[in-house]
Amino acid sequence: MARIQLDIAHSYRANPRDDADYALLPMRQTFEDGGAYALLGPSGCGKTTMLNIISGLVAPSQGSIRFDQRDVTQLPPQQRNIAQVFQFPVVYDTMTVAQNLAFPLRNRGMDEARARARVGVIAEMLDLSAQLDQRAAGLSADQKQKISLGRGLVREDVGAVLFDEPLTVIDPHLKWQLRRKLKEIHRELRLTLIYVTHDQVEALTFADSVLVMARGRVIQSGSPSELFEQPAHRFVGHFIGSPGMNFIPVNRLKHGGSVSGSGSGSVSSFDDLIPPGAITLGIRPEYLGMGESKPGEPSEMNLLAAKVQRIQDLGSSWLVSAQVESGAEGGSDCLVRLRLARDAAVPALNQVVGLRVFGPHTRFYDAQERLIGRESEGALR
Amino acid sequence: MIKPVNQKAWWLVLPVVICVAFSAILPLMTVVNYSVQDIISPERRVFVGTEWFVSVLRDEELHSAMVRQLVYSFAVLAVEVPLGIALALAMPAAGWRASATLVLVALSLLIPWNVVGTIWQIFGRSDIGLLGAALQAIGLEYSYTGNPTHAWLTVLAMDVWHWTPLVALLCYAGLRAIPDAFYQAAQIDGASRLAVFRYIQLPKLRGVLMIAVLLRFMDSFMIYTEPFVLTGGGPGNATTFLSQYLTQKAVGQFDLGPAAAFSLIYFLIILLFCFVLYNWMQRVGTHSTGTAASDAGERGAV
Amino acid sequence: MKGAHWRNVFLTSYLVFALLPIYWMVNMSFRTNEDILSSFSFFPKHFTWANYAVIFTDPAWYSGYINSLIYVAINMVISVTVALPAAYAFSRYRFLGDRHVFFWLLTNRMTPPAIFLLPFFQLYSTVGLMDTHLAVALAHLVFNVPLAVWILEGFMSGIPREIDETAYIDGYTFPRFFLKIFLPLIKAGIGVTAFFCFMFSWVELLLARTLTSVNAKPIVATMTRTVSASGMDWAVLAAAGVLTIVPGAIVIWFVRHYIAKGFAMGRV
Repeated sequence: MARIQLDIAHSYRANPRDDADYALLPMRQTFEDGGAYALLGPSGCGKTTMLNIISGLVAPSQGSIRFDQRDVTQLPPQQRNIAQVFQFPVVYDTMTVAQNLAFPLRNRGMDEARARARVGVIAEMLDLSAQLDQRAAGLSADQKQKISLGRGLVREDVGAVLFDEPLTVIDPHLKWQLRRKLKEIHRELRLTLIYVTHDQVEALTFADSVLVMARGRVIQSGSPSELFEQPAHRFVGHFIGSPGMNFIPVNRLKHGGSVSGSGSGSVSSFDDLIPPGAITLGIRPEYLGMGESKPGEPSEMNLLAAKVQRIQDLGSSWLVSAQVESGAEGGSDCLVRLRLARDAAVPALNQVVGLRVFGPHTRFYDAQERLIGRESEGALR
Repeated sequence: MIKPVNQKAWWLVLPVVICVAFSAILPLMTVVNYSVQDIISPERRVFVGTEWFVSVLRDEELHSAMVRQLVYSFAVLAVEVPLGIALALAMPAAGWRASATLVLVALSLLIPWNVVGTIWQIFGRSDIGLLGAALQAIGLEYSYTGNPTHAWLTVLAMDVWHWTPLVALLCYAGLRAIPDAFYQAAQIDGASRLAVFRYIQLPKLRGVLMIAVLLRFMDSFMIYTEPFVLTGGGPGNATTFLSQYLTQKAVGQFDLGPAAAFSLIYFLIILLFCFVLYNWMQRVGTHSTGTAASDAGERGAV
Repeated sequence: MKGAHWRNVFLTSYLVFALLPIYWMVNMSFRTNEDILSSFSFFPKHFTWANYAVIFTDPAWYSGYINSLIYVAINMVISVTVALPAAYAFSRYRFLGDRHVFFWLLTNRMTPPAIFLLPFFQLYSTVGLMDTHLAVALAHLVFNVPLAVWILEGFMSGIPREIDETAYIDGYTFPRFFLKIFLPLIKAGIGVTAFFCFMFSWVELLLARTLTSVNAKPIVATMTRTVSASGMDWAVLAAAGVLTIVPGAIVIWFVRHYIAKGFAMGRV
């Protein structure tokens, strides 16, 4: 068990001058004991650097790390009670599975009987008991990753297990099995787990708390639903979700057309719906609705006109891409996407529809791309 | 690695087969042709069947040359393989030091083989050569022209000097192909330096080591120029190895028939040894690793 | 760290051992024949550039270098290019006769060149390619192509197949995958293969000498003709030897990043 506290910055260069020189900008981060965390972000965002600093493979150029109040900044990995699983399986080919699992214990001088017992327990947990006496070399990739994981778990003093994109070389249909196994392990052993990935599905299903990173800083951390509902930064809104959040410039809302009432010619002004300082409106495809016009009834107000460009059949739902109409001259393209349920009425191509962009799930972002009007404090960086 | 069957892979292999077959099959057939004929003159050829093969194989001198050759080849392997591995481990992995070391180590491979022999000729002389003079200065009696043991050792030293870098470069490249994650994982597992060598580096080097061992074996088995230039096969026939023996026979007797027969036998002997060595190494390899050796192991029992 | 200390001691000792004969060759190249044969001197007492002058001014010498460079370069390019797809096939697939073809390739590498001498001579005379660079380049394919396939296959088999599959799932076509993902992973193998192809072709004497006479005469052939009426021309031979090292040193300098670069599995 380990509560990990980071207060670090890291640069691979000797004399960093500006932000671009830093792999990790100065940050404070705490990983609670027994929590499952994911470090999510695109390539080069610094997530692997952070992981390696936690494990001790890289020493931070500035700052310190504490495990349960103990300063471990200068300690090498083998003295930190951590285990790390890498992107592709690391197994000792010449040994059997049992010997692989026992290796870290033997190196630390544990006696044979205890080691064997411990190996048995872990093998059972990982469904490897049947392969214990097989040569590690001949196993499949997912089994080898389990061995890698097992070597980390077998040590009784392990407080945290770190994962560096461990499912990269696993067959897709085996990935979910391994993910499920990881969750089981987490429930049973209550270790602190930190998982690095660029795949949001992995991150959101695995972790209790996800840290979204970009360009060396943590943009937002929170539960998967927090990140989905309240993206603190445009980047998070865009990165999470498939497809990500739609962003519509506010001036487009003001000048864009609206579906008026039949013949009444009233044009709604959206101004009172938009908070001061907002530059962009954000709404997720899941929450973007389509107004229906029933003949003989007054149309809905506050709808944004958009022309349907493309309709994709995703099996369980429809994905409609529409171009927001531009009232002003020279308005740039603004493509939005919305999800429709399988049984909903699907519009035709090039049909102009009214989009319900205002609702409880609508968010606004300021000129610095930050969320306006966030109630919850804390994770905003 | 499980390999699927795919006959279309032949298209990928075809260019190679064409290049080598064009060069190899046609000439080989000519040699076979010559080896079963008595070519008295370009016009008069008599088919003599296996007569040449029989006479060549009965030759006593051939037997002693063969023994000499085998001892030499195994001595070469015994020194060059461990030394090459050690050198590859000692060479720096990155930076300008790595580049400089690479160049310096590779230099001896680039010298034409007759020059190698020539240099060592002077190098080994007590009056005008660095090695000879140095040994004399320490008080050691040394003469590679007069003393058979000294001649042997000098030829061996020359070969080690010349060819160890081949083993070293192959192993060095093989070491570079081991991902960092293995070393990192070993660090976290608390493995000692020796354990890292035994359980990570050596297994991963199996593929290149097999190449290095077979290459050095076959090349040392065919060695001709360097010892010939250095000692001329002497003193006596102490350093007369197989290929020099062949040349003496062919040139001396101006006979295409026996020469061709001997070439074939020579080739078949090498083939046999390499075949045995190859399969043995495959068998050893398949038992342990999931890397090159075991996959090539599927090609093992040819 | 003690380990590092012994490593450096060992490395330095080996380098000294490796460089001494080379130094001796350099030493000889700056002296005259009489000087070499008469006395032992660690540093040349009567330093002379004469030997190098001979090489740079006599067309028979410097054309030898150029000829060698030409056919070695041609051979290197063909060998590596042709070997890459074949090695991939051997590494990734099983097909009819694969084990036999692979071993047959190896047998070509282990054949004494003397076997090919006469047949090649006849073959190239008939085709009219005698005394051309192409002839030697093609002839050398016999031993270099198998070697290239052999080494490259070894390195390729060290890359897990899962990488290929992940790339296909990510939408890469085979050529793009091969060039952008696969080849960088086996950099070290390509580096050594290229260097060895260069080296073995550069030093090969028998075939190179037999298939050429005047136009494409390689440096190795010129270097065997240093015996004259006044005896062996040690000095010029030494100078030629020193110069022979230079192209190879340049080749390995160029491929150094390939060989020394780690298998940076990186962010796939």
